[in-house]
Amino acid sequence: MKRLPQLLMALSIIALLSLFKLPLWRIKLIAPQYPTGVNMDIWINKIGGDNPGTLQNINILNHYVGMKMIEPDSIPELHYFPYIILALAGLGLLALLINKPWAYISWAVLVILLAAVGIYDFYLWEYDYGHNLSPTAPIKVPGATYQPPLFGKKTILNFTAYSYPHRGGILAGISILLAFVAYWLKKKKA
Amino acid sequence: MNRLTLYSIPILLTAFLVLVTNGCNTTGGPGAGGLVTNAGAAEEVYVAPGQYDEFYAFLSGGFSGQISVYGLPSGRLLKVIPVFSVDAEKAYGFNEETKPMLNTSYGFVPWDDAHHPELSQTNGQTDGRWIFINGNNTPRIARVDLSTFETAEIIEIPNSGGNHSSPFTTENTEYVVAGTRFGVPYPQNDVAISSYAENFKGMLTFIQVNPESGQMEIAFQVLLPAFDYDLAHSGKGKSHGWTFFTSYNTEQKNTLLEVNASQNDKDFIAAVNWKKAEEYIAQGKFKEIPARYAHNVYSDETHQATSTMEEKVKVLLPEECPGLVYFLPTPKSPHGVDVDPSGEYIVGNGKLSADLTVHSFSKMLTAIENQSFETTISGIPVLKYEEVVGGVVKEPGLGPLHTEFDGNGNAYTTFFISSEIVKWKVGTWEVLDRVPCYYSVGHLMIPGGDSQHPQGKYMVAMNKITKDRYLPTGPELNQSAQLYDISGDKMRLLLDFPTVGEPHYAQGISADRVVPRVVKFYPIEENKHPYAALGEKQTKVERQGNQVHVYMTTIRSHFAPDNIEGIKVGDKVFFHVTNLEQDWDVPHGFAVMGNDNSEILIMPGQTETSVWEPKRPGVYPFYCTDFCSALHQEMQGYIRISPANSNTPLKWSLGEDIVQ
Ligand SMILES: [Cu+2]
Repeated sequence: MKRLPQLLMALSIIALLSLFKLPLWRIKLIAPQYPTGVNMDIWINKIGGDNPGTLQNINILNHYVGMKMIEPDSIPELHYFPYIILALAGLGLLALLINKPWAYISWAVLVILLAAVGIYDFYLWEYDYGHNLSPTAPIKVPGATYQPPLFGKKTILNFTAYSYPHRGGILAGISILLAFVAYWLKKKKA
Repeated sequence: MNRLTLYSIPILLTAFLVLVTNGCNTTGGPGAGGLVTNAGAAEEVYVAPGQYDEFYAFLSGGFSGQISVYGLPSGRLLKVIPVFSVDAEKAYGFNEETKPMLNTSYGFVPWDDAHHPELSQTNGQTDGRWIFINGNNTPRIARVDLSTFETAEIIEIPNSGGNHSSPFTTENTEYVVAGTRFGVPYPQNDVAISSYAENFKGMLTFIQVNPESGQMEIAFQVLLPAFDYDLAHSGKGKSHGWTFFTSYNTEQKNTLLEVNASQNDKDFIAAVNWKKAEEYIAQGKFKEIPARYAHNVYSDETHQATSTMEEKVKVLLPEECPGLVYFLPTPKSPHGVDVDPSGEYIVGNGKLSADLTVHSFSKMLTAIENQSFETTISGIPVLKYEEVVGGVVKEPGLGPLHTEFDGNGNAYTTFFISSEIVKWKVGTWEVLDRVPCYYSVGHLMIPGGDSQHPQGKYMVAMNKITKDRYLPTGPELNQSAQLYDISGDKMRLLLDFPTVGEPHYAQGISADRVVPRVVKFYPIEENKHPYAALGEKQTKVERQGNQVHVYMTTIRSHFAPDNIEGIKVGDKVFFHVTNLEQDWDVPHGFAVMGNDNSEILIMPGQTETSVWEPKRPGVYPFYCTDFCSALHQEMQGYIRISPANSNTPLKWSLGEDIVQ
């Protein structure tokens, strides 16, 4: 059991790396015409959905109220985010090798800080899409904005929008928890 | 009972109906037929809003040339699939892509009489992949793909006249069959009609079906005497490898058939051993004869049909192929021939007979082995009636036409003249139950009821006469159908609903065998249409002489381009419209003012082409015909037509004005 903290730290790194395979976040839009919902999935390097037409369908809906097209190629975060995750994984490996309480806690705090920055960035994008509306939009509702919820549920015109972490996002949360447990165990033994 | 008495019965019945209808107030209520049904029946056919039916039912459209798709038990109409007839709603036969589907050796034939839908089967069970249907008038067989519910293929049948005994698949869809209902000169030729007995022949055709793609190919034809081959069914289980065709007019007459073709006491069921035929084909014992017939195939990749003219066909002659065909004598002009799920019993529904004759397959094999032949016609042995008959249902009703099975050892036979369905026990031949039909039932359908594995919960009667069943709609009425519950000992009438065209046969299948394969839209990246524009950046207008090709796209809620100038009177304009949508149920339509053509209705990911030859200079609006979105009414554009000798430059745009 001596190696348990290191094992937990290894699992934590694997959980974080799952972001390369699993979507981070899902925004689900439900309306009478979309009984099963339009599911937009945000990955660390792309934006997609549960079928190839999802992004186009969301853009078609958004253009009626003058929202900008979501064009993944023009979102810089999607280009450098994978490198940040790789760098975090590398630092995690370093912490694992150092195998000291301070190394684990420093890494966990770093991941939390970056996650906070990421969520703030996500909020800024949502704010921009929701408020920066074309003056020639076919449908103009005085005073209305269309910012999706950061977390939770919100009604936007005929849609109910749900915004929650998806499988990758949940695993990233578990990654942080695992690093804290590793720190706690290591500290208890020391 | 003699023939004249039988024929007088419908007249009496009709007279009775006239009395009934005249005796009641047409706005207040119909004849009383069926009102005895219990109130619980409404609940049994109620499918709550938003819920799915348990079964699909595919009813042929008869003279409408189409297939209509219903849900059971609700009787809700789900779709009408154009097959042999042009359909302006879906641009079938109007757009450039589907025109080749209706090509024949006679050129473009925009209509046919569609009779018998038949689902594909695997191991004797309906598999929900395809449904085949015959075109009766200009002999054809079509295949509808049940992933798209669109007609995928049509093949013409040469050396035939009136393809009625068709398509009736084998238990693994190895073959679908065709048979000529009208004797025709062989080869087709300018001869005296009175030379019928000498020059006319009756051809049966076996069409091979590719097990992967479903594509059809004529494998061989069998040349028989010029009887009228009326209906067919293939063997199953122990009788797999055989196909049975009924015949009438074994008298071989060519005029006043209602009298002249009703003289023989017995006509024949032709039993064809197609496995034997395969051996003869492998041995090269066929004649390859010239024949012209069209083979039309639609591709879901190019979204286009191609028509190929085939040149020859392999023909087997029974005289030279012993063991290929036998005749089973069957009383009085048998109509339907139906094989029970075990494959042992072959029901010959002698339509002018008082009894129902059932042949036994194993007795037939024994008779063949013992050479118990009555005589031989054109090299075809006629088996002795007593040696092949397996049982007789005694006086079950008047005018038996068709029989289906429920999988519990029961058979259900329609009686046209006495307007009823009679349930009887296979093997004991006792009559168990009877229910009236409204009126004069033709075919009936039990889901899987002609396969090895019937799904015997419901039964649909398809009737030839409607009269007072629904609110009157002038001289022409829809046909009527009744749905019965057959899960218990007694058949129970549940529902009465009108149908499209004149349904002859139908097929039913539980929805779970179809739904998982149904396509919602076509992936745009798989679109290989030669004139597709796979994005707005690919839209353009090209002139080649006086042909102008417009590569246009649709997406909610605009066309690209939507302003076009430089087209002239005398040009032939091809609007190739690609629907860029990638979502379920977002078709866009396209129609331009004054076009002597239908609209086109383009499914997501698809490309369709409408041709327009503008007649007068002017500026013509075009618009989307399918209410696609909140801004559907804004989905419109203009095309400018200049005089023939003008030189307006060819220009197009979206979102900005064309600069001269
Ligand atoms: Cu539209």
